[in-house]
Amino acid sequence: MSTNAHNLSAQFPIAVDHHSSVRADGSRGKAGLVTAPRPIRGISLAVPKVALSDICLSYRSQSGERLLALDHINLQVKPGEFLCIVGPSGCGKSTLLHLIAGLHQQTSGQILVDGKNVQGPGTDRILIFQELGLFPWLTVGQNVEFGMKMKGIGKAEREEKTQSYLRLVHLSQFKDSYTHQLSGGMRQRVALARALATEPDVLLMDEPFAALDAQTRDLLHDELERIWSETGRTIIFVTHNVREAIRLGDRVALLTFRPGRVKREFPVNLPRPRALEDVHVAHAAREILDELREEINRSLEVEFNVGVKPHVEIGAEQ
Amino acid sequence: MKRAARLLVFYAGLLGVWTLLAELKIWPPYLFPTPWGVGEALYAGFQDHSFLIAIAVSMRRVLIGYAISVVLGMFLGLGVASSKFLEETMGGLLVSLQSLPSICWWPLALLWFGLSQNTILFVVVMGSLLSVTLAMEDGRKQMPKIYGMAGRNLGASGFQLFWHVLLPASLPFIVSGLKQGWAFAWRSLITAEMLYLSLGLGQVLMMGRDLNDMSAVIAVMILIIAIGYVVDGVVFKSMERHLQNKWGLTPST
Repeated sequence: MSTNAHNLSAQFPIAVDHHSSVRADGSRGKAGLVTAPRPIRGISLAVPKVALSDICLSYRSQSGERLLALDHINLQVKPGEFLCIVGPSGCGKSTLLHLIAGLHQQTSGQILVDGKNVQGPGTDRILIFQELGLFPWLTVGQNVEFGMKMKGIGKAEREEKTQSYLRLVHLSQFKDSYTHQLSGGMRQRVALARALATEPDVLLMDEPFAALDAQTRDLLHDELERIWSETGRTIIFVTHNVREAIRLGDRVALLTFRPGRVKREFPVNLPRPRALEDVHVAHAAREILDELREEINRSLEVEFNVGVKPHVEIGAEQ
Repeated sequence: MKRAARLLVFYAGLLGVWTLLAELKIWPPYLFPTPWGVGEALYAGFQDHSFLIAIAVSMRRVLIGYAISVVLGMFLGLGVASSKFLEETMGGLLVSLQSLPSICWWPLALLWFGLSQNTILFVVVMGSLLSVTLAMEDGRKQMPKIYGMAGRNLGASGFQLFWHVLLPASLPFIVSGLKQGWAFAWRSLITAEMLYLSLGLGQVLMMGRDLNDMSAVIAVMILIIAIGYVVDGVVFKSMERHLQNKWGLTPST
């Protein structure tokens, strides 16, 4: 382990040089707007929170041929960083989160969290699924305390933390409701509280706001940003919406379509808080979208088997 | 209200036909009893407590047997659902065994356990275990995969995962199987009791046969139907409704 950590800390400054938006000490440039990420559990900031090296994933299709879903993914995420991953549907971005969460096993390559190899699921990394996966047989409060219960945390502490996390997402008065009695946006917040309640260092979010109306989504963007700066968690956020990625991320990684590769990484140097309809956000989105469009066209060609190049407008993918 | 009226008309008609046939005296009364003869037999049976005792004994047996089936079936079903090997081997065997009436186990059970309660219990378990197992397996497969992943993601594993996630997640899918298992358990019990002369509803029914008392036989048949119906229509219906409400599934009407 120590050699691993050593190697990585040696590699890391190189990655930092690529993305000049973030200074080597890991703090964001816009002092005063965002709380600087605090070092968690005294781990040196030089060690990436999450390091993916040469991740490949292949699977056998029904016709028996081997398909490559992820192709040598290399990504490093600093402690307290908000990384967004964008890509056309089918690029394997959700799968990548599942791998980091330890729910699936990559074919080759290494996933390190705090310099340690990921082996199976762990509550240091919690994934918020696209479909949420809230337990319908439990109340909102019971959902939130589930992870703590599995950890064997005592009842009194569980109650207290459940209350405080529900307060964090403004759902205190819905503690005893069932999840199907809530609106989509509220369910999102329950999932967020449930994930936070296990106190993970890394929060993995899989297109969490894709199914929501624009107003609810805007509100949740604000809340997520607030919670992120209050709790100092590292977040890896997958979305197909480029503007959303720029609205939230410190950095945006663009994946290619089948097999998924990291095409480019874009640092986001805009002051927070940002708004989706902000000119600067739109401008930054333009650059990423130009590259994303190629991938979307490629995916359309494959999936619809057509040669035409549909014109994709900014925001049309929302 | 309309439904109640229709039911009333139907059952009144049924009773009418029965009374008419009995009154025509085509068959002697000991072969074809009148409705009030059956009513008297029911009253007499409850009056001398013999029916109450029989019901208590039968219920106790079926509950024990059914409980064993449910516990065993859950683990068996889970095993079959989660292991490819077990599914291919055990799964096929279980399905084929389901075509075997549980009373066929009677001779073997008699040899193994002697003429005792355990013989009856064994037949009851064999009657309902397969339904419960297959229901559990089916429920595990129908259950959305997301719950298992979410559970593991939140730190549950092994028995914890089964008890707190997989089992509750598959409950709405296994109730119908549990219900079917109950029906099989109840039928197997009555059949076994008819062969084993020691209390229970099946034995009271056979006693009626031995005494050529068809009124008593029909009275017991009505009791068996009534108990089966009440458990099915009241216990399982309300369980289903409760699950559907709690799980937020729309009740299928």
